[in-house]
Amino acid sequence: MGLMDQVELPQPVKYVFNWGRKYSLWCFNFGLACCAIEFIAASTSRHDFIRHGVIPFAHGPRQADLLVVSGTLTDKMAPAVKRLYEEMPEPKYVISFGSCANCGGPYWDSYSVTKGVDQIIPVDVYVPGCPPRPEALLDGIIALQDRIQHESLKDRIAGRRLDPVTLGADAPLALEGR
Amino acid sequence: MSDLDTKERIQPGTAPGEDVAFEIHGDGDFPTADMSLSIGPAHPATHGVFRIVLEMDGERVREARPVIGYMHRGFEKLAEYRDYRQIKALVNRHDWLSGFSNELGVALAVEKMMEMEVPDRAQWIRMLIAEWNRILNHLMFIGSYAIELGAITPMFYAFREREDIQHLLESATGGRLHFTYNQPGGLKIDLPKGFLRESQRLSTVVRERLPDYFDLVLGNEIFQGRTKGIGPLPSDVALSIGVTGPTLQATGVAEDPRVTEPYLKYGEIDVPVPVGENGDSFDRFSCLLRRIQASLDIIDQVHDHVPPGPVNSKLPKMVKAPEGATYVRTENPLGQLGYWLESDGGRTPWRLKMRTPSFSNVQAIPYLMEGVLLPDAISILGSVFFVVGDIDR
Ligand code: SF4
Repeated sequence: MGLMDQVELPQPVKYVFNWGRKYSLWCFNFGLACCAIEFIAASTSRHDFIRHGVIPFAHGPRQADLLVVSGTLTDKMAPAVKRLYEEMPEPKYVISFGSCANCGGPYWDSYSVTKGVDQIIPVDVYVPGCPPRPEALLDGIIALQDRIQHESLKDRIAGRRLDPVTLGADAPLALEGR
Repeated sequence: MSDLDTKERIQPGTAPGEDVAFEIHGDGDFPTADMSLSIGPAHPATHGVFRIVLEMDGERVREARPVIGYMHRGFEKLAEYRDYRQIKALVNRHDWLSGFSNELGVALAVEKMMEMEVPDRAQWIRMLIAEWNRILNHLMFIGSYAIELGAITPMFYAFREREDIQHLLESATGGRLHFTYNQPGGLKIDLPKGFLRESQRLSTVVRERLPDYFDLVLGNEIFQGRTKGIGPLPSDVALSIGVTGPTLQATGVAEDPRVTEPYLKYGEIDVPVPVGENGDSFDRFSCLLRRIQASLDIIDQVHDHVPPGPVNSKLPKMVKAPEGATYVRTENPLGQLGYWLESDGGRTPWRLKMRTPSFSNVQAIPYLMEGVLLPDAISILGSVFFVVGDIDR
């Protein structure tokens, strides 16, 4: 990363830089279960998150900026998710899509389900729902872009993250007032 | 050819002279080392987290071993801790593309045990929504199979229809994927006003758009080249493995519980069962497409039958199935779904065993993949239609 992890960028540069970053999120979809279907629905013509600058065709984790974990994470699957996350280059963002990825969802008492992807990787935005509507994913993406706009890359690379956003809980819906 | 020993040259990742565990097959100038190729659990060619290990001999697959269990969520155990009303919210998630058909199976099983009368209107509506759900499921596979073969466009066509149908079903059930619309004794609520009219309109629209798929995918020369004659499954093998649904019907066996063992009101209408000839990937796919047509035919017939009346019967405060056991089988979009429900008279089932179609269908994969080329293995994998959650439960 060179300079960027050592100096705080001047405000105007930071603004333009973050503006560019937030609208070119190459997204790697970790589709695990039912929620992955709604993720696909969000990427097709009716909802179409490409118009928000999210590109769902990352060839692999090494080319991706955004990881969307959609669906149930099981204990058997967890090491693979962790490994793919670690393969992604910094700065990287994670959206946890659906109740299962957030907290285990309907399988909160199951013996084989990991109760939330945040147990193994840090999450930026939680999108609740079982499955969440595609609109909710769009909302989550906008919430993430808001964060990217205001963040300092230096802090990010140093591992200082902002607190995660949970849609509909501690943050008002990002679409409100727009 | 350099003077390097051929055997040493082709072994990947080893220094010359190092001992390797690979077996060398063939002789002459082109011996090949065996290679274990692990596809998945997260790979674009396997929808969901299905993993398959291929023992390769050059470009040929010598042996294919599906590795399942990445999506095991413990449905059967969890069902023992949910009461009969709650189970439906659990079971519609194991095959996430056919939520309604799953919960229908459990509702039928509970009704059978409690000897409950289900109002006619509820039964017809159940059929209507089950068939719409079948179309939703098949459309998804049409899109995803095309993607696996390298065509992205059909997915967008499929989702155009899917969104319309989901919108229709959402108006009645409130869900886009998991409807949770059944309950023991009938349905949660009645259809909204104008639903049947809208459903009728949509069925004409979808019927008009179906030729798109026949032309775009089935008629495509590249598609035909990649699927015709690939992975033929003889009907006797299919039957002995326990393959059902479109994968079985493609082999020429017209087995379908809606016809052979009618449940709901399927006995009163004409249920077309499309079959294929030689059970190759092409047949499997074309069966899937023609099943959409068949479902539309059923939907059109159901529209003329839905009677007025109530949609649910009065339930006791606590639904308790009497002691005993029962087995219900239904035609899920991907094949036969069976629920073995055993009760000790309590509030929750004592045991709920599932016989899911995907689990049986993937058993055919080792047979089909033996000796095929690697690209054909992908064409086979996509055409044995399965949902990973339905395999692993
Ligand atoms: S949150 Fe619900 S819809 Fe999403 S994967 Fe879990 S069970 Fe399926």
